[in-house]
Amino acid sequence: MAFFDLFNYWIFIVLMMIGLYTVIVSPNLAKKVIGLSVFQSAIFLFLISLSKVRGGAVPITVPPAELYSNPLPHALVLTAIVVSVSTLAVALAIIINIRQAYGTVEDDEMEKAEGH
Amino acid sequence: MRDQVILRVVAKVTVPFILVFGFYVITHGELGPGGGFQGGVVLAAAFILYGLVFGLEDLEKIIPRRLTDAMAGLGVLIYTGVGLVGIFGGYNFLDYTPLRLTGADAAESWGMTLAEYGVGITVAAVMVIVFREVSLAATAEK
Amino acid sequence: MSEFLLVDIVLLSLLIVTSVSVFLLHNLFAATMVLSLYSLLMSVVWLNLDAADVALTEAAVGAGIATVLLIGALVVVGAEERKHPRMHWPALLLVSLTTAALVYGTFDLPRLGDPAAPAQTHVAPEYISQTVEKLRSGQPVAPSDDHGDYESDNFHGHVPNLVTSVIVNYRAYDTLFEVAVIFTAGVSLILLLGRRESESGGGT
Repeated sequence: MAFFDLFNYWIFIVLMMIGLYTVIVSPNLAKKVIGLSVFQSAIFLFLISLSKVRGGAVPITVPPAELYSNPLPHALVLTAIVVSVSTLAVALAIIINIRQAYGTVEDDEMEKAEGH
Repeated sequence: MRDQVILRVVAKVTVPFILVFGFYVITHGELGPGGGFQGGVVLAAAFILYGLVFGLEDLEKIIPRRLTDAMAGLGVLIYTGVGLVGIFGGYNFLDYTPLRLTGADAAESWGMTLAEYGVGITVAAVMVIVFREVSLAATAEK
Repeated sequence: MSEFLLVDIVLLSLLIVTSVSVFLLHNLFAATMVLSLYSLLMSVVWLNLDAADVALTEAAVGAGIATVLLIGALVVVGAEERKHPRMHWPALLLVSLTTAALVYGTFDLPRLGDPAAPAQTHVAPEYISQTVEKLRSGQPVAPSDDHGDYESDNFHGHVPNLVTSVIVNYRAYDTLFEVAVIFTAGVSLILLLGRRESESGGGT
């Protein structure tokens, strides 16, 4: 059953590549940001998959259990999620400013437009 | 959206409960799932719901811009202050030992709760700031 | 096959479908709604993988705040994406090569849930055992100003939620700067989009 042992990792790779492809191929800046968000969530999936322990419990020690899942990647991902939404907000603010400066957020139209 | 009766009534009724839940999640972050980040986002969600249903002018009346700006900095200040208490007590930075306010082994609990509140206040304030700025840009566009 | 694995496989397949549809949708409002669904599914996957705190955060942040922000921004920016060809062969080639390289790399990773993986045996057992020991013994710490009390125990987090004790106690320094990053994002928003009474709009 080696397929199911590594299934999470392969799904993570597929999701990450879908996000990356969206970022590369879309000329629309907002679509790129959405693709980046898909990419980031896939990375968090990878980190959490690394922390799972078979037969382990949620890392809260009350009620007691013998084996706990590793809490360190959870701590990493938790702060990363909130920081990712902060960077999403800054990216959207920059896109709003680009729209106000150029009148468009499509890549190729921006090159032809007259802006600041 | 304020002329929709159901939205208006339900929003008015549920906002206090959401706020209490947010403070609950921050405070009980040590005993169950939760903590500063989660509770801060829930607190912001209450204000965002109010802003979406009643409009940005009403949101400005209940939580003015100066207050959110100040709260964003206050949270970082609280967290850093808890860290400095460690230095002034003679230990390292962010060492919670001098905070033994209610008994010898309550230092960890006090330190962690104060730090979580710092985190929660900053996260809530920043989420409300972000929502307000983006909404102002959106309404000015129309 | 255990229930955990069944739920995992079903949810991950749904995730793939959702992310492909995010890519294919032209109307960006619809893409934002599907992205919010993606975040919610991801949160349930993480709950299935024993990550309760993280699932709570993603449900609140990803499915809540990010959706509101994106919709607000799309009102300004325009919600229809110009139609463009979906297949871009150089990008597809690059993505396939990267996928192949990464899949080749996964064969060296530990199996899902392996308790003897390097990630589970390095520092985590120390943190977990310290917390469980201290909570189980229940004895009060002798009051003293000397750090000699803690010499057998280099770290001081003794609360039931291990993830919170890692964030705010074992790694409190990192969290302080994460909070500073979030504060900086708030300040950047005010600077980029700030509409004060005397000025006329953001930018420039």
